Order: sequence, then structure tokens, then C-alpha cells
Amino acid sequence: MALKVENLTVYYQTLRGDVHALEHATFQIADGEIMGLAGESGCGKTTLGHSLIVLFPPMKYIAGKVLLDGEELPIWDSERMNAYRFRKVSLIPQYAMNAMNPIRKIGKMIQELLESRGVDYREVLPELKRRLDLVSLSHEVLNMYPIELSGGMKQRMVMVISSLLNPSLLIADEITSALDVATQKAVAEMLVEFRDCQFVNTMIVVTHDISILYQIADSILIMYAGVLAEKAPTQSIIESPRHPYTRMLISSLPEVGVRHADKRLSGIPGNPPLLLNPPTGCRFRDRCPLAYERCLEEPPFLEIEKDHYVACWKEFESHA
Amino acid sequence: MLRLDNVSKVYRIGAFGGKALYAVNNVSFEVHKGEVVSLIGESGSGKSTIGKMILRLLDVTEGKITYNGEDISTFKGETLKNYYRQVQGVFQDPFSSYNPIFKADRIFEILREEFFPNIPIPEWQHRVKNALVSVGLNPAHVLNKYPYQLSGGQLQCFLIARALLLDIQFLVADEIISMLDASTRIDVLNLLADLKSRGLSILFITHDLSLAYYISERAVILYKGYVVERGAVEKIFHTPLHPYTRMLMDSIPRLDRKWEKGTTLLERKIEEFRGGCPYYERCPVAEKICAIYRPSLTEVDTDHFVACVHYEPSTNLLGAPAYTEQRTSQSGLG
Amino acid sequence: MKKRNEVLYFALRNKKLLIGSGIILIFLLLAWVGPAFAKYKPFDYANPLGAEPPSTEYWFGTTFFGQDVFSQFVNGLRATFIVGLLGGGLGTLVGMIIGFAAGYRGGILDEILNAFTNIVLVIPTLAVLLIIAAYLQVRSLLMECLFIGLTAWPWAARAIRAQTFSLRTRDFVDLARLSGMKPYKIVRREIAPNMMSYLVLVFILQFGGAILTAATLDFIGLGPTNAISLGLMMQYAVLWGALPLGMWWWFVPPGLAITAIVGALYSMNVGLDEIFNPKLREM
Repeated sequence: MALKVENLTVYYQTLRGDVHALEHATFQIADGEIMGLAGESGCGKTTLGHSLIVLFPPMKYIAGKVLLDGEELPIWDSERMNAYRFRKVSLIPQYAMNAMNPIRKIGKMIQELLESRGVDYREVLPELKRRLDLVSLSHEVLNMYPIELSGGMKQRMVMVISSLLNPSLLIADEITSALDVATQKAVAEMLVEFRDCQFVNTMIVVTHDISILYQIADSILIMYAGVLAEKAPTQSIIESPRHPYTRMLISSLPEVGVRHADKRLSGIPGNPPLLLNPPTGCRFRDRCPLAYERCLEEPPFLEIEKDHYVACWKEFESHA
Repeated sequence: MLRLDNVSKVYRIGAFGGKALYAVNNVSFEVHKGEVVSLIGESGSGKSTIGKMILRLLDVTEGKITYNGEDISTFKGETLKNYYRQVQGVFQDPFSSYNPIFKADRIFEILREEFFPNIPIPEWQHRVKNALVSVGLNPAHVLNKYPYQLSGGQLQCFLIARALLLDIQFLVADEIISMLDASTRIDVLNLLADLKSRGLSILFITHDLSLAYYISERAVILYKGYVVERGAVEKIFHTPLHPYTRMLMDSIPRLDRKWEKGTTLLERKIEEFRGGCPYYERCPVAEKICAIYRPSLTEVDTDHFVACVHYEPSTNLLGAPAYTEQRTSQSGLG
Repeated sequence: MKKRNEVLYFALRNKKLLIGSGIILIFLLLAWVGPAFAKYKPFDYANPLGAEPPSTEYWFGTTFFGQDVFSQFVNGLRATFIVGLLGGGLGTLVGMIIGFAAGYRGGILDEILNAFTNIVLVIPTLAVLLIIAAYLQVRSLLMECLFIGLTAWPWAARAIRAQTFSLRTRDFVDLARLSGMKPYKIVRREIAPNMMSYLVLVFILQFGGAILTAATLDFIGLGPTNAISLGLMMQYAVLWGALPLGMWWWFVPPGLAITAIVGALYSMNVGLDEIFNPKLREM
């Protein structure tokens, strides 16, 4: 297993108390696996993604363990994590396109970044150029300022930078959401390409767009209100989802080629619970059409078929 | 009902405003009563600019927008207010549409102040509650709250309810669901469809062809400010003609089919480009003539127009060596 | 409500703000009730013996001419606060009008106002004040406030214009326009409340700036001719050799007060900045 997360719990500290953004997350990712991480906004998917690389206040580590290639990551200790960031774990943040320093030439910026990690720029340069070719960026971009690049070019540039030191785990946080469909497709395909070229061992692709995950991910993890709801190979999630939330989520996606006049799709009624004082038991209970007394207890996240994990009492019942 | 005739929006750029930048170029279309028309394009295509011009938030540089036969640029004072009674907009970012320091329901109070100062407050509150119920919200749950206490979907429904309190005839819905969660998106979309069946006309601005297909009758595809294809949504969806529309169709992530590998993203060298087809630099089937000749919209089928030399019967393609061999494609990646 | 409570919570925990406003309050109180306790009028030759260090009779001592320093000080303090309030207030007001108009309207009006702002900005303010002040024989405190207010607004206008510019493009402003709101009302009801904290900061800086300018003017003898002020006290002190003669009680109180007030205002400014800007907050 490339990545093993056990019982990871992270809260946000606010004046009104702790927000239980991520609780008891336990899952693993195999070598070479691209795992999609999906859910509604505020479900904790970004918290999970970020906690594997950088926990900054008001995020607070509560419990849990993260093993990357068998080695435990000291995610609660920002100083010690420095040794792993960028080399072993890397992140493409949501607004990476705008995070680049506007008054630094891109090449210079990469050089500084590498030097801060104790890597010689000149040694890496040939490989850097090779990768620029791969994503069809001209070598000229190294002498350009970020403002001279289009949105899609910036996103590709950031992808090259984040994966330059061949990290074992790359976390891509909503990197396709701000792009138009054509660029979206190209960027998503590049992620797969990077894995295939073994620049990156495993990937977590955080997005709210399940249809993109269907195109590129090997497995999908669905989160709901700070807890894991279901994880399975992509095909199983899409074709035979087990958690009621996953099912409703998928059926609420506008299918391509469906018209309102012919078939009226429906959303999920209600809203996710507030995580300041999350309800006990199953957090989807209030919106779930199948809820019964057992759901007052929190369901564990169990493997009901090979590689198919789900947290739902109804499912356990039918498999018992 | 609402009609755009050769509308352009020009920005003056450069040191002395010497260069003209066409954000919208010679766009014409019409929205009939009780009809949903989708305006489809990527960012920078000019789709939001058109919405803002219809809402009189931006001035039209060239051409004319008419509402029930009247030029909207002539409206001012009371006539403009009367226009706003019938024509309203909802925007992309629900959180930006609310003043963050006030409660969300303040938008209704402002509406009363500006449009219905004579209606007594209890009567108005009754109307607000009815409007909220009709957009599927529970007034007890959503009134008296700050924007950050409500979800994006609730906020968007609030804005639609706000429009319903007026004598609304035409709604500009600018990417109103693109920032919402999947689980609430469809509800807002259905709400629009219900309004349509009650006789409302909607301009649905989106970058997503599948959403446009779900809800609208007709579609207008924009690229860099130009209309490249326009017509009945079924025709565009099932037989997309313009290479750009086809590329859009192929790039939609769908749950029933995987992408074909290899995206044509790359930009063609545009040295020889002299005011030709706007899609020239990205077009996989461009001819030499496309660099210098800009095709006009041609009706290839009833209510199906496209602006591409390949569908222009009079264009002489002979004598121009095809560019197909030099096509740059991303396939080297895959 | 919650948001307001949060601001209050951080405000009560912010030492810079508390200390700053504490100092201002003490001086304000002194300026308000002080004159009632003064036994003499500021310009009365109270002490026939001339200069004397502080004593029970003359709390802050007396000047070279036997005038009561305490009386001059508390009355001068009053003048200083009036200048700060009126001069700073006028500067803020003009800055707001021009900043909002330029920022909200944009286009040609913005260009004209911007050019005007830049012209006023590059005019050497002090030199102009010198000329104007020299031409007027009788100068009142209000006149001084007017001079200061009308020359100090440019940077405030620029800052407000920039803020308005960024707020104007927000969707809620578009929505207000779709509600048929008039521009003035949009600025007042939608834009200004959003930059309230910013406007408070602008006012505080204008307040401090006006006090300093007034002290400078008074010190070089171009202040009000018919009233006492802290700057004027310093001028007299220097003029009559208080420094070489070691009459510290004459110049220390006004000097200290000006330094303390302006310092406290800037401390408040930094404190407020930390409160309103969540990124600067200390958890």
C-alpha cells in the first residue's frame, strides 16, 4: 500500500468551538492508484487533502496516523513535515494559478523553490525541460512572468512544478473547476499521463465533479459531512453505488442527453448538518430515505466486497 | 420579446485607447416568450457581457437590444425602473450577490423600498413568504439569516424569489448553478424549468452543453465574442456542425462514456492570421482560407445556423492546400 | 450579530487599541473638564513673580510672564481636539465624496477627479498654508480647521477610490442597480457600510495628521491669533528661551501631549487594523 490513513481526525478551531471537519478517516491507496475524492462543499474533502501535507491554524490535528510507503508522516509537526513536502508529498492547490509570484520569472521561482529544498536547479533542468515538452509548454516559459501565461498554461506549469521531484503522493485540489471544458479535459488527462510516466506514484484528486473522476480515477472516495461514506473502484461507485448518499448524488447529476421535458431529475432534499456540533449516529440520517433506528448509532466504514468500503447499516444488514 | 440586433461591445485598450477589443462581435438572436435560450461559451467568450448588456449594467457599443420592440438603451428613470420590473438577473457567485455585512433577506426589503413603497410591511412579508415557498424554500428556515449561514443553492433560490416578487417576464441566469453542489444544482435547474412553464423567458448562460440541453429550446454558441453556431438545441446537440461545438461536445465529462484520448488544445501559429475565422488558431480542420476569411452565419437546416467555411456553399476552397497534415494535436501525450 | 460580537471580542483583547483609546480618553477628559478646574484664564498674568516651577498654586508652573501653564495646557488641548475633529473630519469627508464619486462612476469623471487629486497632492501644502495664513490678519481656529481639511484629503480620496473600485464590481452592487437604486444610495447603503472599518482608519489618520499640521502651523506662528493651542505654547516657550533657561514645565506638557495623542491614534489605527483584518488577528 502506498498510502495508509488510519483514524485521521482534524478539527478547525473557531471562537464558537471546534468544527469537526474530518473524523475517523481510514482508507488506503494502492501503488499507482489515482483516487478521486468527492463530496459537497464543506464535506471535509479539502481538509483531508490538505491535512496530508500541511496543517496550518486554525486546522488542528486531533488523532490518527498517516503512513506513506510504510513510513509514518509527522503531519502534526509542521517543521518535520518540511522534509517530506514537495519531495514525497506534493500539492496542487485550488488557486495555484494565481498563487505564483507575479514579479518573479517562472524559471527563477522554480530555482528558488528547489534550493529551499536543497536541490540543485541545474541538475533538474534537463528533466524539467523534458516535462515541459510533455505538457506542450515551450521552454520559453521559464523566462516568462506568470501573467504572460493563459489559465490553462499556468495550470499545466503548476502541475509540472508540483511533480518535479517525483513525489510519491500528489494531491490535486479542485484543479479543474475553474477551467473550461476543453482545458479541463486536457489537464485531467495530463494527471493520468503523469501517473503513467511514473512521475507520481499515487494521486488524490479532490473535486466536486464526479463525472471528471469517472474519466480519470481508479477509485473514488465519497465523503459526507466530515466522514467517509463510501470507497470503491470507479466502475463500482458509478454503476453500483451502495451508500444512499452516493446513489442520490449520482442520480442528481444532469445526465448528458436528458431533457427536462422528458425526464425530470431530482436533487437531494435538505442540507448537510453543521459540523460545529455534528449529530450523533449516521450523519446522513436526516436526509436519508432509508434511515431507521439503527442509524442513531454511527456506522463503521467496512469492506463489504473486495475493495468496496461503505458506512451504512442497511448495507451491512443485507450483507450479514 | 427580447431581441439582439448586431450587438457589439468594444473596449478601447492601449495607451490612448487606440486599439479596439471586441468582447462581443456582431451578435444577433432573439428570445421568445416562454422560451429558454442558452448562451454557451467558455470564459472570455463574451457570454456574461451579453447578459450584462441586456440588464443595462453595461452599455451597448454597436447594434441594438430591443425589449418588446423598444430600444432598451433609451430607458431611463421611470422607464428603466419599469424595465427592471420585468427583466431581472441572477449571477454566478451566490455569495458575491449579497452584501456580506447584512442579512440575506435585505434584498427583499430593498425591493419593497424601490418598487413597492406603498405596500404595508405585513402584506409585503406575506408576499415574500409566498415567493420563498414557490421556489421551494421554507421561510422559517431561511429568513433572518446572514448569507454565510445559508447554502449556495438557497442563496440562488432567494434571488429567483426576489425576481418573482416583481412582474418578471425575462430572467438572465448567468452561470447560476456552476458554483453550486451537485446535489442542489438540479433543483435550481428544475426551478428554472418550472418558471418557464409559467410563461417566463430565460436567457440561460452556461459553459456546459449538457445543462443547456436539459433545459433550453434553443442555443447560441459563442467563441471569442462571435456566434459560431445557433439554433434548435436538439440539432446542435445531436449534429453539432462547427468544429468548436464538436470539441465542446467531446470534452464534456459524462458518466456513460469515457473520453476519447487526446485533446486538441494546442494553438496554431497565427502569423498568417489576418482577421479570419475566430476559431482558426484552435481549429483541427482549418483551411488556409480560414486565416483571412471570416465565415458568416449560414442556415444549413431549419433553425440551425453555423459560421464555418465548410458549410458555406459559395466559398471556394480550391486552391488552398488543406492544413490537415500540419495539424498540431495533443496525441503525442497519449 | 455573530460577526459584530466577534469584532467586539477581538477589540477587547487588543492591547494596542485599548492603550491607544485609553490615552485619548484621558486627554479628552482633561480637555473637557480641565478648563473648569483652571483657576486663571490662559492669557492672564496670574503670577506676579513670573516664571515658577509647578507648585500647589500653579499646578504646571507659570510662564515667563506669569501665565498659568495648566490653564494654557487644558485650553490648548481643547483646541487641539477641535482641530483634529473638524480638520480631520473635513479631510475625511472631502476624501469620501471625491473618492466615492471617482471610484463608483469611473470613466471621465474619474479621470478628472483623479487629475485634480494629483494636483492637490503635489502642491506643497505647508507652503500654501503659509501664504494663506500670512495674508489673513485675524485667524480663527475654525479657519485653521478649514485650511487643514481642504489640503489633507487627497490621499484619503485615493484610498477610498481604490476600495470603491474593487467593491463596485461585486455582484451585489449590480443587483442593487437592478433594483433601480440611485448611485448615491448604492454608495451609501451598499458600498460605504462594507468599508466602514476602512473609513474609521482613514478618519483616525486624518485626525492625527490634522493635529500635527496644526501644531506645526502654530509653532511657526501661523496658527489662530485669538486662542491658545499646544503648538502656540511651544512657540512661546521657544521664543522666550524656555529651553536654555531650563523652564521645562513650559514646553514639556504640550510637547508630550501632542506626541502622546498622535502616538495613541496611530496605535489605535494599528489595533483596529488587526481587529478588522482577520489575517492579522492573534488567536
